Amino acid sequence: MRSLRVLGLAWLLHVKMMSRSAFDGAMAVIWPLFYATVAFFMFRTGHGSSSLGPIGLAAAVMGIWTATSVPASSALQRERWSGTLELLVVAPRHLALILLPITLAASTIGLYCVAGTLLWARVLFGIHVTIIHPLFFVLGLVGTVLTIAALGFLMAVSFVGSRRAWAIGAALEYPIWLVCGFLVPVSLLPGWAHPFSWALGPTWGMRAIREAAYGGAPLGSLLLCVGLAGVYLALGVLVLRVVLDSARKRATLSLA
Amino acid sequence: MKSLRVFFLGGLISYRALFSWMTPSIFFLILVVQPVFQILLFAFIGRAANLRSDEFYVVGNAMQYAAVPCLFAMTQTIAGERYQQTLGYILISPAGRLPLFLGRALPVILNGFFTAAFSLLVGGLILGVTFPTSVFAPLAVVVLVSSLSCTGLGLINAGLGLRIRETSVLSNLLVGILLIFCGANVPVASLPDWMARISSWLPLTHAIEAARAVAHGNSITNVQGLLGRELGVGVIYAVAGLAIIRFFETQSRRHASLGIA
Repeated sequence: MRSLRVLGLAWLLHVKMMSRSAFDGAMAVIWPLFYATVAFFMFRTGHGSSSLGPIGLAAAVMGIWTATSVPASSALQRERWSGTLELLVVAPRHLALILLPITLAASTIGLYCVAGTLLWARVLFGIHVTIIHPLFFVLGLVGTVLTIAALGFLMAVSFVGSRRAWAIGAALEYPIWLVCGFLVPVSLLPGWAHPFSWALGPTWGMRAIREAAYGGAPLGSLLLCVGLAGVYLALGVLVLRVVLDSARKRATLSLA
Repeated sequence: MKSLRVFFLGGLISYRALFSWMTPSIFFLILVVQPVFQILLFAFIGRAANLRSDEFYVVGNAMQYAAVPCLFAMTQTIAGERYQQTLGYILISPAGRLPLFLGRALPVILNGFFTAAFSLLVGGLILGVTFPTSVFAPLAVVVLVSSLSCTGLGLINAGLGLRIRETSVLSNLLVGILLIFCGANVPVASLPDWMARISSWLPLTHAIEAARAVAHGNSITNVQGLLGRELGVGVIYAVAGLAIIRFFETQSRRHASLGIA
């Protein structure tokens, strides 16, 4: 119960802090809009306006990853710069309970982008996204936020040794957009890329959202999406333990 | 002689200082890995949209990515000085402004050239887009001209950096605008009229068109009109950028606001 309280309060605190940054807020909404706009023009020119609904939806969800990739991968680095990493590590709560809310807050901020892109698509391109299963649509969004936050958590602990963690996060923006089949069907990717797609929670989150909006059975995709989030969290906790043990033994926590 | 020294040595030192911020690992991730993935992303979107061939996206995005170092690095040469608290020393130095700032632009142009050329080569190899060796030299000329014109826009951005703090936001916005308007992924003819009209006044638009023509076997003389327009746009932006730098420098002296922005 106390762990849930820590998670909830820390998430709220980080959402509030991130919402106050004009830079992060504006860029989280605007940056994916550029890509969404290019995609709208490309599909409208290639296929006509009738195909734009699913593209609008996919472009909107892409923003959750954009909002998460850089803040998540550099989360520990920022604590190190602020001089608070040691304090967080020696706090009585497990460091995972302190880190996860940061990545969860970042992916929650991505929901601004979902709303912004859907509005942009509707006003400028006349794209109407019809939703057949509203409940599953909301659950799909929540699941996608969770799985992206968990993936961000795994990245945060994996890149702790790198001073350039933010650049790794930035470099992963396009590959995840591509491999998770946001705008490009996974079937169009080369065969060797398919296992990567299947191992990534956002692939299933996007599929669940699409099936919820346009008809289908989103439950299976949703369960896979949330299940993979659990796997990332478990892996993240294991990696965190190894990283912390190593940092304690070698006294390198603040050095990377 | 002194101006030439400021131009070459000042530019080189500034570029090396930039790398205290942009280390080789960041250079690799942002200017080597990312452009290749941008090419792959749009090439696959192009396949899904059934719009154009892979070559269209390889050329368009490789050229478009030249704008990234030109905008960010050019801006950072001024924003970075403020961050290091050395901007005041630069601006009270007797060095001429033209060699001072254009010297800083030279390595940035070469940087943009490298990024575009590398992305073109690697993106093409991955997607199986091959260019005959005879087009390499004319393509290099086109890439160089586009890097030059993007650096002109970068100078405007750098000048605005004397007044506004969030230069990274501005650079991102400009890169995003170029991505939509300059025809890297959407043929300019498919854009609404007002957007097509704007695109012809932006750097990259003519260079991308020229690069695609050259990649199809046209000689450099066939695209000299496009290159001339690209160069003209770049010169207009560069002159405007230098004027903005001069204006905000004067303003910051008058209002004692150099370190405040």
